[in-house]
Amino acid sequence: MSSPAAQFKADAKRMTADLRHRATIQTAMGKYEVVRDQRKRWFQDWEGARTLAARTKYEAVNGLDAHLTQFTQKLEARGTKVHWASTGPQACEIILGILKAKNAKVVVKSKSMTSEEIHLNGALEQAGVEVVESDLGEFIVQLRGEPPYHLVFPAMHLTRDEIKDVFEKKLHDAPSNDPEELTMVARRQLRRKYIQADVGITGANYAIAETGMIAITENEGNARLTAALPKTMITLMGIEKILPRYEDLALFLPMLAVMGTGQALTCYNTMYGGPRQSDEADGPEEFHVVLLDNRRTLVLADVEQRDALGCIRCGACLNVCPVYRNVGGHTYGTVYGGPIGSVITPRLRDLQDWKHLSYASSLCGACTETCPVGIDIHHHLLRNRRNASAPKTGKPSWWQCQLFKIYGVIAARPGLWRLITKLGRFTQRFHGLVKGTALDPAQAWTKTRDLPPIARQSFREWWKEQGAHE
Amino acid sequence: MTVTLFVPCFVDLLYPQVAISAVRLFERLGHQVVVPEGPACCGQPSFNTGYWGNECRDLALQAMRTMRDAEAIVILSGSCGAMMKVFYQELFAKTEHEALTREFAPRVWEFSSFLVNKLGVTDVGARFPHKVTFHDGCHGLRELHNKRPPRELLAKVQGLELIEMGAAETCCGFGGTFSVKFPAISTAMAEVKCASALDTQAEYVVSCDSSCLMQIQGMADRQRKPIKTLHLAEVLVQT
Repeated sequence: MSSPAAQFKADAKRMTADLRHRATIQTAMGKYEVVRDQRKRWFQDWEGARTLAARTKYEAVNGLDAHLTQFTQKLEARGTKVHWASTGPQACEIILGILKAKNAKVVVKSKSMTSEEIHLNGALEQAGVEVVESDLGEFIVQLRGEPPYHLVFPAMHLTRDEIKDVFEKKLHDAPSNDPEELTMVARRQLRRKYIQADVGITGANYAIAETGMIAITENEGNARLTAALPKTMITLMGIEKILPRYEDLALFLPMLAVMGTGQALTCYNTMYGGPRQSDEADGPEEFHVVLLDNRRTLVLADVEQRDALGCIRCGACLNVCPVYRNVGGHTYGTVYGGPIGSVITPRLRDLQDWKHLSYASSLCGACTETCPVGIDIHHHLLRNRRNASAPKTGKPSWWQCQLFKIYGVIAARPGLWRLITKLGRFTQRFHGLVKGTALDPAQAWTKTRDLPPIARQSFREWWKEQGAHE
Repeated sequence: MTVTLFVPCFVDLLYPQVAISAVRLFERLGHQVVVPEGPACCGQPSFNTGYWGNECRDLALQAMRTMRDAEAIVILSGSCGAMMKVFYQELFAKTEHEALTREFAPRVWEFSSFLVNKLGVTDVGARFPHKVTFHDGCHGLRELHNKRPPRELLAKVQGLELIEMGAAETCCGFGGTFSVKFPAISTAMAEVKCASALDTQAEYVVSCDSSCLMQIQGMADRQRKPIKTLHLAEVLVQT
């Protein structure tokens, strides 16, 4: 199997040449930008809101120990069972344990990137449990056997024809490529599953420490059905989902909607505070919350990059990223794609294996500019590069070290620089012979782009001559 | 005022006319220009690649020491300007040179910002009767926050019509070593940029960064697109 870096480069090459993909994504993101900006203007002071959000999330993450304790105590007080998982496999094991105890055969799931992170579906299917994704986009990519393309829009890369095709093939039910009709097909399928399902698994958008509640925000009502119909509900969440106070939702729910989808508020926003209480008419009989670390505490321990834990997974940085818009979501080869994924993946997985994601950026900073919680995303990419290349924290590449050393020596000495200027001017005469070929040392550039020649007189040469005339 | 001009390596070698234009412009405005015999590079290539050791620091230190007494240091690139004004402070954070970087930063100016924010000039007496579109270099835009200065300068150029492109703030895909480490992505980004510039039907793409223009022009020339690029200094020097 090729390394993640080689895979990334190969996929990036293929995707950037796919002009239909480029047009689809550019158009979709262009529309997103328009509605996002309209809704942003509904805030009296968007920049003020961003500052407050950043501060609140930083407070939450900095005091994570206390907030998590408060959160779990409140949950347990209302009869919820809380589980702690250090790793992905542990979390899968805990969830499988619950399913076994319930003798569960069918599970419905609402959208959860954390479950993608730990490959929960694979683990459940291996144990003989049928898992059905209930978010429409997730439902579609599950049928196609694909991971989600985007944090918020899992199937945005697909055309309605491609969706019709997969419905035909897998469900034998696709009257046309009309979105409404296709949605009705999915709805009929899903309604049956909600009723059949023994357990519902959800993610969490926020976890409120003050009240011990899970907040889920969605547009299809599928998370509500997933939570309400099966007798047992399991919520899987990363430990960083904490918000200190209930009132923080007043900022964070609209903020997520605006940046995620360009909506003022998503259609359904629900708070779950525990299993059905004795005076309540509905809700699950049992409620489990699985709290996942999976190396998040390593990010927490790094003061420099701790703010990356504040990410609310709105996907706004993906949407504006010129790299994401050209390579697409699957190219990253990891559940969290785009700029924030390139920051945290080397942490959550392995720095050397995934450092290429931090290099695959022009460091343009569009991500940082848009991030609603003020994560210093593109500078963290730079810091990941430093960590990956520094002798103490990483593995410097020998040849790059030499290259920068030699360049440093030349650039530091004006006499040597003048000599190299002349030498370069002489040797470039022969560049034409190999230009753009495998023999060309500048091939990475010249294969697709022209390169200007070294000028007949460099600026420094001109300047010296001016001085000589005076 | 004495303007200390720091000419980045690629401007020196590939685009000398940009720096020559700047010299002529400052002299026309009545300022004296000096070019110190210092390093040819600010150290950004190794810094951006993650090599923050002596291969990078030596150049940075030499640059700061060479221009220790300079009143105003003007850099013909938003990217190198950001390196010297913003990133030197991170590079030397918690070292003995931290104070030097903090003292150095406020004296560093990107070319357009220097004209507008330091000299207080927007009308430099230029005439350039053409349609142009402006490309915001990312470092100038997002590290130095220079959205307005270049536009204020262009607005006062006689005969010039500025037509903003849709993707003015979208990266051209250069990104230093990124452009050769990930040529496919870099090229795709350049194509998107060129398409947006072409949509405006402007005759020139103007920017404060010759490195972005190398990417845009290099792409356009290879694909035979009718795009001509000019550094802002080359526009402002025209009369």
